[in-house]
Amino acid sequence: MTLLQNDHISEIHDGKRVIVKKPELLAPAGNLEKLKIAVHYGADAVFIGGQEFGLRSNAGNFSIEEIHEGVKFARKYGARIYVTTNIFAHNENMTGLEAYLRALENAGAAGIIVADPLIIEACKQVAPKLEIHLSTQQSLTNWKAVQYWKEEGLHRVVLARETSAEEIKRMKENVDIEIESFIHGALCIAYSGRCVLSNHMTARDSNRGGCCQSCRWDYDLYAVEDGESKPLFEEGNEAFAMSPKDLKLIESIPKIIELGIDSLKVEGRMKSIHYIATVVSVYRKVIDAYCADPDHFKIKQEWLEELDKCANRETASAYFEGAPGYEQQMFGEHGKQTKYDFVGMVLEYDEETKMVTLQQRNYFKPGDEVEFFGPEIENFTVVIDEVWDEDGESLDAARHPLQIVRFKCGHKLYPHNMMRKEMR
Amino acid sequence: MKKPELLVTPKSVEHIRALIQAGADAFLIGEQQFGLRLAGEFNIEQITEATKFIHHSGKKVYVAMNAIYHNDRVDRLASYMQKLSEIGVDAIVFGDPAVVMIKRETGIPIPLHWNPETIATNWFQANYWGKRGATRAVLARELSMDEIIEIKENAEVEIQVQVHGMTCMFQSKRPLLGHYFMYEGKAMEVENRKHARNMYLHDKERNSKYPIYEDLNGTHIFSPNDVCMIDELEELLEAEIDAFKIEGVLQSEDYVIAVTKCYRQAIDAYAESPDAYFDIKEELLAKIEEIQPKLRPLDTGFFFKETVY
Repeated sequence: MTLLQNDHISEIHDGKRVIVKKPELLAPAGNLEKLKIAVHYGADAVFIGGQEFGLRSNAGNFSIEEIHEGVKFARKYGARIYVTTNIFAHNENMTGLEAYLRALENAGAAGIIVADPLIIEACKQVAPKLEIHLSTQQSLTNWKAVQYWKEEGLHRVVLARETSAEEIKRMKENVDIEIESFIHGALCIAYSGRCVLSNHMTARDSNRGGCCQSCRWDYDLYAVEDGESKPLFEEGNEAFAMSPKDLKLIESIPKIIELGIDSLKVEGRMKSIHYIATVVSVYRKVIDAYCADPDHFKIKQEWLEELDKCANRETASAYFEGAPGYEQQMFGEHGKQTKYDFVGMVLEYDEETKMVTLQQRNYFKPGDEVEFFGPEIENFTVVIDEVWDEDGESLDAARHPLQIVRFKCGHKLYPHNMMRKEMR
Repeated sequence: MKKPELLVTPKSVEHIRALIQAGADAFLIGEQQFGLRLAGEFNIEQITEATKFIHHSGKKVYVAMNAIYHNDRVDRLASYMQKLSEIGVDAIVFGDPAVVMIKRETGIPIPLHWNPETIATNWFQANYWGKRGATRAVLARELSMDEIIEIKENAEVEIQVQVHGMTCMFQSKRPLLGHYFMYEGKAMEVENRKHARNMYLHDKERNSKYPIYEDLNGTHIFSPNDVCMIDELEELLEAEIDAFKIEGVLQSEDYVIAVTKCYRQAIDAYAESPDAYFDIKEELLAKIEEIQPKLRPLDTGFFFKETVY
């Protein structure tokens, strides 16, 4: 079998192998602030939801004007914006589609992420400049189906979360199409698009954005014998649960890059800016380090620790490294608290006076040990000395959300650097 | 009036004989390697035998190839479809576009029925797959009566609707029962689960019972109620829906036979005159209620239910 895109993953430059096919790092954003943070912290592309035809009706969604502003911002960094239009439409959702797609095209979106052939065909007709990416909602699991979508003219396919590295390899060998694969974030335990638990349990349509995550509830398991129900659990057993640990493929990034996967996707349009900044900046470092010198690459402990600072659930590799066992699910009590609070965003730094101006995002006070991070700096920790408000009044604590405060910091800081505090 | 085809899912070749007597027009069979959530397992020899018998009786046979295929199984699709073509089955039921690709490449002339279950939600998609070889679209069970009728009005392919039985609401690739038993350290149950189809999840808050089982395709969870449209068929008949399906998965052979007889009577009565149907529909419903397993309440699915999002 001839390799297609795989031919050009790496080259030898001055006796040293380097990766020439660097994958796209694709981040989620639920609003304009998150989009800007994702791009600023190193995402090559951001996916967002518009106000129509997308899932996650609870996520913050973008108006056409906001999409336009997001695109303009992203372009300054050479980043691209994709818009999710991935519902499976019912008849009543079929109107207004063409105007909406034209508006996305005019707003400068690079592409749409779509599951329903209705939207695929409409896009080809009325908004041909938009790339069409097949959503994971189609649960694409084999190379022949990948070939089908290639022949239908799609630019990219997002694979089902159930595909392994071996399976992806064969897709890449057989079909010349961009492949996008999830590397981090929450997972569906069901094949995407094939779960209607929400429809039955809460009359909310999961395939139009109404999913209420019934799969994460606890159930009791029974068997019927001779017409009678018999519990399959005893006193002290945990309830039947289907909750998967979240996906985390940081240690598989080398393999992912060598497979030639085109786009590495982080899940989580509902996640905070602290989460997005942390996850994006860590994967940015890993991808850059590997691509620069793949043969001497080693995962750094500090990257793993950094990624863990925004985690609020346990993590696993799901299907990428082979079929997940029971230990990749969560039974019983499995609350894992985030270890760090996001407490402030840097607005300005005055190098002469060493004064940082910061927007408060969570309670902190003089004497607290805090950590700063951002794309321009190496992480460092400091103990906060005196804190002043905008009028120069000394504060015993920064108590108010979005309050502007100042304090001195010996290390140079940049706007949009973040300050976090370990929780005790 | 054009009578809809009455499609059933038999458990065995013997079951097919009884169902033909009961008035079924068409049969969906297959095996879990290729098809999803079948009432019975039919290997190629059994499909051959069943097809001969079904065709001899002037009825139709469709084979389920609607699994979500991973690469390993894609390799086996062409030879399986070739065999089905030699047997002369009337249609292949698919959800994965890989089947469309294999049909194109091999030129196998069997018609396709498009059935991806939950995602078959609008008439555009039905016609889209129609242009790619499907002669029939099987609609998602989460649609309302009005949506179904509007789809039928705009469809260029046949439309099939499930009128009776349970519906799948969840499929995971993961063996969730096995994982639960392994977590609890119950080795016996891990082994036994592969053949057990008698388990359910109890949802205390809703007091609902969801049947659950595992097979080659992963874990399947089903609706807490059985759809029963026996006394609500008028609009579907008036709209000339092309096929009514009775789902027999997780039901007994006798139950499916009895239910098939009721729908046969209902369709024939309506064809005679709507009044003839109105006269017997309550009685037919009562007959089904009488044989209904006590853990399985009847309802009308999403036909008359509003979903939001």
